[in-house]
Amino acid sequence: MKKNFIERLLPIFALLTWVFLFGIMLILFIEGTPIFKSVPIFRFIFGRHWYPVHEPPEFGILPLICGSLMVTVGALIIAIPFGLGCAIYLSEIANRAVREVVKPFIEMLAGVPSVVYGFFGMVLLAPMIQKIFHLSIGLTAFTASVILGVMALPTVASIAEDAISSVPKALREASFALGANQWETITRVVVPAAKSGIFAAIILGIGRAIGETMTVLMIAGCCAVITPNFFKPVRPMTATIAAEMGEAPMGSMHYHALFAIGLVLFLITIGLSLIAERFKER
Amino acid sequence: MVNHKIIAKNLNLWYGNSPCLKNINISIPENAVTAIMGPSGCGKSTLLRVFNRLNDLIDGTRITGEVLLDEQDIYKDMKDVFSLRKKVGMVFQKVNPFPKTIFENVVYGLKIHGWKDKAKIEKQVQKSIIDVGLWDEVKDCLHKNAFSLSGGQQQRLCIARAIAIEPEVVLFDEPCSSLDPISTAKIEQLMEELKEKYTIIIVTHNLQQAARVSDYTAFMLLGELIEFSETNQMFTTPKDKRTENYLTGKFG
Amino acid sequence: MRKQKELIGLLALRVSILFAVISFLAILIFISIKGFKVLNIGFLLEVPKDGMTKGGIFPAIIGTLYLSIGTVIFALPLGVLSAIYLIEYAKHKGLTKTIRIGVDALAGVPSVVFGLFGLAVFVKLFNFGVSILSGALTLGIMILPVIIKASEEAILAVPKEFKEASFAVGATKWQTITKIVFPTALPGIITGTILGIGRAAGETAPILFTAVTFYQRLLPHSILDEVMALPYHIYALMTEGTASEYQVPIAYGTAVVLLGLVMSINFIAILIRIRGRRAKKW
Repeated sequence: MKKNFIERLLPIFALLTWVFLFGIMLILFIEGTPIFKSVPIFRFIFGRHWYPVHEPPEFGILPLICGSLMVTVGALIIAIPFGLGCAIYLSEIANRAVREVVKPFIEMLAGVPSVVYGFFGMVLLAPMIQKIFHLSIGLTAFTASVILGVMALPTVASIAEDAISSVPKALREASFALGANQWETITRVVVPAAKSGIFAAIILGIGRAIGETMTVLMIAGCCAVITPNFFKPVRPMTATIAAEMGEAPMGSMHYHALFAIGLVLFLITIGLSLIAERFKER
Repeated sequence: MVNHKIIAKNLNLWYGNSPCLKNINISIPENAVTAIMGPSGCGKSTLLRVFNRLNDLIDGTRITGEVLLDEQDIYKDMKDVFSLRKKVGMVFQKVNPFPKTIFENVVYGLKIHGWKDKAKIEKQVQKSIIDVGLWDEVKDCLHKNAFSLSGGQQQRLCIARAIAIEPEVVLFDEPCSSLDPISTAKIEQLMEELKEKYTIIIVTHNLQQAARVSDYTAFMLLGELIEFSETNQMFTTPKDKRTENYLTGKFG
Repeated sequence: MRKQKELIGLLALRVSILFAVISFLAILIFISIKGFKVLNIGFLLEVPKDGMTKGGIFPAIIGTLYLSIGTVIFALPLGVLSAIYLIEYAKHKGLTKTIRIGVDALAGVPSVVFGLFGLAVFVKLFNFGVSILSGALTLGIMILPVIIKASEEAILAVPKEFKEASFAVGATKWQTITKIVFPTALPGIITGTILGIGRAAGETAPILFTAVTFYQRLLPHSILDEVMALPYHIYALMTEGTASEYQVPIAYGTAVVLLGLVMSINFIAILIRIRGRRAKKW
């Protein structure tokens, strides 16, 4: 069949997503790797000090990685149980009318801009946490974790719900027919059957939390230290890029170092996406 | 002497590796209704879709032999599949008006084939809708959504859409399977009228319908054409044992 | 014992959903109450005055509008054409799978990384500078996966009978796509696009280094001008400047405008989807 001009161009449009992905990676490599000329990769990743404007500067991003990991783990402690709870509730318990009312709330929760979450955290949650735990400052890893957890909840909930609601009805009926009650059916039949989709949901939730920028920039406290204490300020990778890119002169070591952080972030999130893809396939 | 509109010679068709039509030879008489009947999966719809090459849409379809429309091979001689489909219209099993207005549904094919003159278009639309006996029912609501019509009206609209571009052959793929008896009767009567102008081929698994509407009947089984003759003859004195078994309800 | 376990389990599910709903309402209500106090016509239609301590947020509203429009102009055609290719043309299973993996991976890239890409490519390499154009292109790449996925779903939902009927009257594939498939899928595509706009309007990190400025007296007159934007305005009011007792109330006002905007956008999308589902007759 003859194809017209646009039809012939279509594959190019479809391949653009890969062009953009490769473009992003390429740019991060080009702009990020020069830092490794002055700071070896190993020292960059495992260096314990991030003093980009000191003389001489130090570019060790371990505290930033730790900051990212802390707030992500904290967020998951909230997002996984509550997100899965929402998913199971929506697909197993809610009737149609309830679902049509409640589901938009979760979608709206996903739609709240991250800067509004950050703002909310700054003006309400941080002072509260400061008071309750008698801290000198309310902007801590804990504060950021709570807000990030709420932000990642809809991601976990919506993907897990897709997985759970695609479990065949026959499985549930078989379980009920054997005398199992609803909770037993959920925990022993439905959730195990939807296991791989639920894993995918969790992994994408991790991606959401680790890549979030504005919220952590505003409420994690931005202190580049390594600490096991959740009630101390931390500085995740994303916040570092957002906060410092404006001041880093183009082409300076600092500038390249920030792109290198971007590269680390990019590789982590791409890795997570590919893992999630593997789980979704099953 | 009967004039033959479509002639298939040694026609074979495969979907992937599975044969669907096996060595079909059939000559479809002009200005008559030809019914193709047989149990589900016998290839009758596939054969129908050979005549307007709608099978081309399915990947992995292979075809051998020849199919002639007015002595032109539709797979080799015709300029393109679109001019073939202008000559060979089709009405489907699942009633399928477009989600557009009644008017737009009928106009669709005209626009596709380059009609520009507004007055001519309107006249043609009106004529087509009159021909399917729908005019009095829809003349005041031509710009309402086609889905506001009843199932039977929708199917007659689909027929109007097919004949608006003045085809020579109209293919009906079980056009009444989702309709009530009254709508079915209307469509059957319509076919009777349409054969004055068009060559009609209808696929049906309903024996009574084949007996009622057709002048000629083909009986297919497992991709083979078992018997083809005048309808009267086939229903009274089938030549093949398998046809007889089918007509008497021994299988199918 | 079994009964009690079930009761506790089902209660936990209800608590999860309640947590999500309450989190959303808490943010919405808290910000609305505080924000509506400063909200009036002047606030919406005036420019900022006295070093950000007085006046309104008109330029930020306009800036966000421009950025959103630019984003859609860029991302919508690309997204729809990609989806058309994936559903209607791509024959090779491996190819479509690869493209879909790319779409998912792009969706998982952190927003700040898009910002870095936009900075290096649009601002620097293409020399568009910090501008509406750079920001819209960056946001466009970010929301491309949203639009592709929504369009794919909408196109896939077009019944094959419509397409067959169109082919049967002699239409070409391209005529069938433009006259039947696209109009039928349009409501779904619009829903996806609206969700994409909501996402773009609320994002801060991608425009941080590519499009925004803290303060601008005049409205932009070309796509190569930098702009103010609502999300960035909130961030800037909370973290820059010295007169926080004046700036925080303005931030509340800005937050309620942004939240109202994004929530209405999401709400419209949800409504269109529900109505579309009910109106569907085929």
